[in-house]
This record gives sequence, structure tokens and C-alpha cells, in this order.
Amino acid sequence: MIEQRVVAPEYLFNEAEREEQFITGSEAVREAIKRANVDMAISYPITPQSESMHLVGDIYAEGYIKEYFRGENEFAVMSSVAGAAMGGVRVFTATGGPGTLRAFEAFPTWAGARLPVVCAFMTRGINSPLSIQPDTLEMAYMLDTGIIMLHAENSQDLYDMILQAFMIAEKPDVHIPVGVFVDGFFITHTRDRVKIAPPDLKLPPYNPYSAPVPVMDMENPPIRQMRDPFVMKSNFISYAAHASWQQEILAAAERSRRHIAHYLGNLLEAENETAPVMIVASGTAVSQSREAIESARQEGLDVGLVKLKSLRPFPTEELKAMTANAKAVIVPEFNRVGWLAREVRAALEAKVKVVGGPRVFGGMTMPPDLILDEIRRCANE
Amino acid sequence: MSITPYRVLVGPEGYLPPAAASRGILLPEKGEALIEGAIVPEEEAMQAIATKLLSAKNPFFFPGPQLLWDWKEGVALKAQAVKKLADLAGARVIPMPDYRPKYPMINPAVEINPNHPNLTIWHNKIDVCVFIGVHCHYANMALKIIRGGTSCYTIALCGEAGHEDAMISLCCMGMPELARLTEIIQSMKGEQAA
Repeated sequence: MIEQRVVAPEYLFNEAEREEQFITGSEAVREAIKRANVDMAISYPITPQSESMHLVGDIYAEGYIKEYFRGENEFAVMSSVAGAAMGGVRVFTATGGPGTLRAFEAFPTWAGARLPVVCAFMTRGINSPLSIQPDTLEMAYMLDTGIIMLHAENSQDLYDMILQAFMIAEKPDVHIPVGVFVDGFFITHTRDRVKIAPPDLKLPPYNPYSAPVPVMDMENPPIRQMRDPFVMKSNFISYAAHASWQQEILAAAERSRRHIAHYLGNLLEAENETAPVMIVASGTAVSQSREAIESARQEGLDVGLVKLKSLRPFPTEELKAMTANAKAVIVPEFNRVGWLAREVRAALEAKVKVVGGPRVFGGMTMPPDLILDEIRRCANE
Repeated sequence: MSITPYRVLVGPEGYLPPAAASRGILLPEKGEALIEGAIVPEEEAMQAIATKLLSAKNPFFFPGPQLLWDWKEGVALKAQAVKKLADLAGARVIPMPDYRPKYPMINPAVEINPNHPNLTIWHNKIDVCVFIGVHCHYANMALKIIRGGTSCYTIALCGEAGHEDAMISLCCMGMPELARLTEIIQSMKGEQAA
């Protein structure tokens, strides 16, 4: 293990000289965790995530992480992760596809307990029917769990977002989990150029004593108290307390907006936002859209792009502003249900035509020509 | 169509008041504070706190576990400073010693609980209250319930990022800020006496 020194997050993210490496998405996870000052990582294998937590295990062996083990299954892992976070340590895990759904109860539990867990979700098809191939369907289920959801376009985003996620999750006014989502296989299993900070730098440690809930440190008051199930009674007081508690989880996600903006630049990125036809996408659908836009411009078509980086909280106001001049918005997706199109339609309040597609799923790739066809159709309407 | 900005005003606001953060209220930066949802300079908020406390009929401080236990260096000194501040403001103290719901019934004469803070406020007829040393999640949870069901004016003196759900909230509250607030109250009391 290389001797590491703690630096300010802003220095690690923006100022430290970076080296370009040609690595897979899974290896980008390893490099991020190496610099994240993680106390504990817990793993359970599932394709296409397995390699990333395997590599995290390798750096545990090298001394970068204090504790690492394999759980019994995804539910056990996510529950163990919750225990670690309640105990006041910085903790990381990753899963994907059916693993996400198998552990599903844990995610609203993390948010409800104000746990700053960071989890990478390498998305794949879920059992509808069984597939191990690329698909972002699981994200539809995650939208209302209370966790912050960032969606990486490429390995560079994945590396950066994992590191940034710890800083966002651990802010005392936020302190809810952050899921960094990445399209499995397309990113995890392919090599790309990723610029990474020097290996001798790491993030500042987590301070659980600034948390909005007591850390369960049984040795030190005022913390020697359990966070009891606060409302198990059938009376109005219990209902009101539960409601106020849930509101506070949503409020925490709202507060994360300024921290996401600080670390990621903004909740979205846009180019050519005055165009009459805009593409709104997240994840690798952004990269496919870039290809389609390049072709469209060669045909003389005026098309813009909005890349959504944060899905929870959703950048509603920013999206409205970036599509203010559009007559049509195209939403390409890697799933059958079109969850992003639903989000975009709700945000834009029927003020612009939202084309829910093209969509591919079951492991299919998305040829840019599919998106180009929609651009032509919208441009000529 | 314009929408009137949400304001964090004294209640009772109703059945289920929203989290102020979900209505667009932003937290202050260091050196700033919140008054009823608007960001103001910290000094202005301290003046407003002093005015509220000194004009209250029955003000109370609610110190939480972070202040009630001598769990790290400096806490005992801070607790003494808060007691001095409460005494100076003519406020009484009811502790929030922990966060577990008290069933079958809390004794509202001697403690407050974040799950049903309204009971203590109603029982003691508290018109202005000050939260300090309460973990932020539990403070916000209680502040919304108080705003929903009581007419108590809420003030939060927060060592972290502050509280949108209080009517007045300071952030980054340390010993210098406590000393300054004490000084302002002392000075305002002197002016009132004169």
C-alpha cells in the first residue's frame, strides 16, 4: 500500500494532477475506492458487478480498507452495510440487477435511518424473464426509495461520482445514501480512458459525530442510546411523528442539490440548449445520443442534448430552463418501461412534446441510427 | 402565474405542515441565518432572537443530548454558557434527554420528546422555545410538529447547517456565537430597563 495523505475533496476532485489510464469501469471503481478513505466494504457477487467488489477486496488485502468481507446474500450485505454506517464508519458496496431487487427493502431503510452509505449499482436485466444483459429497469424501482441517485455516462463519471458521492452523502444536512448507477457491461466490462488522481491522496475521513442522528457508539455518551423504532403505536401522535420523519428524508434530498452542484458542477449538463429538438438522457444513452447528434448536425439538423447526472433529486427547474425553446424532447432509454420519459414528462408539464423513445432492452445495444430517426421525425414535424 | 414563496411562520399551520426545505427554503451559509424562511445576516437574526425571547410570556430552552452529556471537550463549558443565556433571557429549561418515544405517557412538566413535542408545549403554555444540542434530524422532526399543532415560536441554535423548519435558525453555533447572542440580550435588557 502506498502511504496516503488526506487532502481537501476539492483538491482531489479539481486540482490534483491526474494521470490518464486505459481501464475498465470495474477498475475505475477500484481506483475511486482506493482514494475514498473507506473504512469498510462488504461484497456479494452478481454479474456484472462481481469484478468491481473483487477488485475492492484486492485493495483491502493491500491495506487501503480496514475491513472487508463477503455477505451471505445481497439482503445480508445491505443489512450489514446499514449496521456499519450506524456504527459510524464510511462504508461501500455494490450490486446490480436481481441483486438490487433481492436487497430492495434495505434501500428505503438506509434512507429512513439517515445512513450515508455509498453503493454502486451496475445495472442489468432483472428477472422479467431472467437476463444478465444490459438494462436499466432496476432504476425504475429505486426512484422512490429516498436515496440520492447519480447516473454515470462512462468510466470517468463512475470514478468521479463514487468519490463525490461520499462527500455529498456525509454532509450533516443531507446524510442519506447515494447510489451511483452505471450501465452494466457497457461500462463495467469495457476499457476507456479515465483520468485519475495520484494514488497517495485520499479524502478526509467521515465524522459521524456531526451526523443528524446519533452514531451508535456504545462506549461514549450522549450516543449510548438505541434509535428505537419510534412509532409502532396506533394513534395520531405516532402517525404525525412518522410523517414528519418521512418529510425530513425528502428534505435531506432537497438539501443535497447544492452539494451535488458544488461537486458535480450541476445536476445536469446541456449543450446547444436553444435547439428546437432536444435529447434528454442519462447513462450510456447519453453517449449514444452524442453519436446521433453528430450525424444529425451533418444533415443540417439543429439538435441539443441534456445529460442528466442526478435523477434523485431530479433537476426539474434546470430541465425546464434547458428545454425552454424546444418543440420536441427525445428520451432514449435502455429499458422497456420508459421511467426516464415519465420523469421528463412530469417535469415539463406537457409544455413540450416528449417522445418516449427509442427504447432497447433485454441486452440490446442502441444504434445511434435509432435516435437519429427520432431526431429526423421531430425536426420535420 | 406566480406562486407566493413559502414562509416559516408561527402555527398552528395545520394537519401536516410541509418540510420547509421541500418548499424551496435554503439553509444559510456561515455568517448567515434564517428568519421565517428568509436568509439574513447572522447579527440580524441574533437581534430577532433577543427580541423574541425578551418579549415572550413563557420562553423555554430545550437542550438536547449533545449538550446534556459531557461527551467531548468543550461541551460542559458550552452547557454552562447556554444556562447563563437562558437565565439572562428569563427562560426556563426543559431537557430533551433522548429521542425514544415515551409511552404510555410522557411527563410534559419535566421533559420534551421529538416524537410528540406539542404535548410539552401545550402543558407548559410555552410561547417561544429554543432548540440547542438536539441532533438535526430529531430537531427538524419536532419543529414541524410544533409548527403544525401549536402557536409556539421556534428558534434553533444549531452547531451544524441550521434548520429551515425553525422560525429563526442560526447555523455553525459555537462559543463565540453564544457569547455574542448573550451580549445582545444583555444589552437589550439594559436598554429595556433604562
